[in-house]
Amino acid sequence: MTFKRPSGAGVAALAVGLFAATTAYAGPTVNKGDNAWMMTSTVLVLLMTIPGLALFYGGLVRSKNMLSVLMQILYTVCVAMIIWAIYGYSVTFTGGSAYIGGFSKAFMAGITPDTTAATFSADANISELVYFCFQMTFAAITPSLIVGAFAERTKFAAVALFVPLWITLIYFPMAHMVWYWAGPDAIVGAAKAVAAAAPDAKAAAQARLDDVMADAGRIFQWGALDFAGGTVVHINAGIAGFVGCLIIGKRTGYGRELMAPHSLTMTMIGAALLWVGWFGFNVGSNLEANGTAGLAMVNTFLATAAAALAWLCAEWLTRGHPSLLGAVSGAVAGLVAVTPAAGYCGPMGALVLGLVAGIVCLFFCTAVKNTFGYDDSLDVFGVHCIGGILGALGTGILVNPALGGTGVMDYVAGTVGDYDLITQMLAQSKAVLTTLILSGIGSAILYKIVDVIVGLRVSVEVEREGLDLTEHTERAYNM
Amino acid sequence: MKIVMAVIKPFKLEEVRDALTTIGVHGLTVTEVKGYGRQKGHTEIYRGAEYAVSFLPKIKIEVAVAADQVDKTVEAISAAAKTGQIGDGKIFVISLEHAVRIRTGEADSAAL
Repeated sequence: MTFKRPSGAGVAALAVGLFAATTAYAGPTVNKGDNAWMMTSTVLVLLMTIPGLALFYGGLVRSKNMLSVLMQILYTVCVAMIIWAIYGYSVTFTGGSAYIGGFSKAFMAGITPDTTAATFSADANISELVYFCFQMTFAAITPSLIVGAFAERTKFAAVALFVPLWITLIYFPMAHMVWYWAGPDAIVGAAKAVAAAAPDAKAAAQARLDDVMADAGRIFQWGALDFAGGTVVHINAGIAGFVGCLIIGKRTGYGRELMAPHSLTMTMIGAALLWVGWFGFNVGSNLEANGTAGLAMVNTFLATAAAALAWLCAEWLTRGHPSLLGAVSGAVAGLVAVTPAAGYCGPMGALVLGLVAGIVCLFFCTAVKNTFGYDDSLDVFGVHCIGGILGALGTGILVNPALGGTGVMDYVAGTVGDYDLITQMLAQSKAVLTTLILSGIGSAILYKIVDVIVGLRVSVEVEREGLDLTEHTERAYNM
Repeated sequence: MKIVMAVIKPFKLEEVRDALTTIGVHGLTVTEVKGYGRQKGHTEIYRGAEYAVSFLPKIKIEVAVAADQVDKTVEAISAAAKTGQIGDGKIFVISLEHAVRIRTGEADSAAL
């Protein structure tokens, strides 16, 4: 490929084009740079799930259950995408109530190459189709995380039924409550109208601004910050998995038989793909390729490295040996913790958040799990739920400009708003508790429903034989 | 004729093969096996879950030799497979009644 200098005629045409674009301005325009980055981010998030998460989880189970894990994740990704197109996007990202959207965009009605979606800056939109795809990959990875908690003993039919129910009744409302808002163009426009309104029209303009501000999800209105999905993705999936492993019960032979990971090499490959893909997840959540995207990028590097080192060193000090599985688990814990904070905290804040996440998640995956004796097969609770809570609460502290954070943008005033620790932490805590309660209780009900309809658990004989041969009539390795 | 059967540490296989070739033994059957003796097992830890692994991976070799070759063979194997650490393995000598080379039909010592 060669790089050509633009010819004089080309520059002239460009100038004419720019002039035409500015004079013909009518509403927000799509920024091609942002759009290109968001398409890249979207496929990076898919890379996180298949193959990233699939291999990370797959390597951790016994070889007789390898395919069952890969299959459950591949199925989850595919079914989530179809549901997203049929009604998921519509109920998540249209107005209606503060808890769930409506069906106006069901079957992707009205979403065309010409429609746009808001970013975090006024007048910098991206294509709605790209936004649709980006958010679709989030709806696909979140339920995929859950299957790790009850791996090696759950019927495929149970997963097949649970996933559509869970994303419909738990994920879509959560995503709507946290991420749905009218967008900066609507708010800035309404605020300008208030400023420009004649004294007698002031009240009407203010009422319109209030309506625009109220056109947002409940948790968003509380002022809770969740940059890329600490509550919506990680706490949400983590607690759902935890409830699942309690209801489904321990694996046969848990605590007595060897249940060592069958390939930590694959787990390492999967974790590395997760890290790479996470740049789409965290940096893409900025929706624009600007300086804040750069901040989210550096934070996604530093928190992850810090958490991997923290877990590794803590293990080395307490047990005498640093393990690879410990280091990759730490890396994933760091990625989870920095997810809600990625575009809000400063780089040194991310580093501290990573160190804390590495140690606390290690404590939950070892001491807490062993004390209470629950069989969260792949530590979905210890890494995703606990890491997500640390991140959500940490975001409330580290967003403080005095600690190197960005502060929170006030679109009406057009500046960064004042930071108050108590207010911010209350909002963060309410968001965490809401997620734990909604997903914890909601998932428990869904597991019970699935148990009645198809049964959650395979028989002991099937479990002994392995899910690959019995549920899927194939084996991972014919050697 | 005797079968000399030895269970050794996997990483000693190449040295044992070289030692046997040197003393003129030109056939060897190798099997990957698991087991334990005085070494017992070891402990593996995955995210804090400790597993006592009681069956360790070993290599079993089987060589058919003429009776007068047995001592030399046993000496060669024990010299090559020895590290002096627990878990070096064992050698068993078993009587062999009859042997046939399938391609030619030769029998007993001619078949070895």
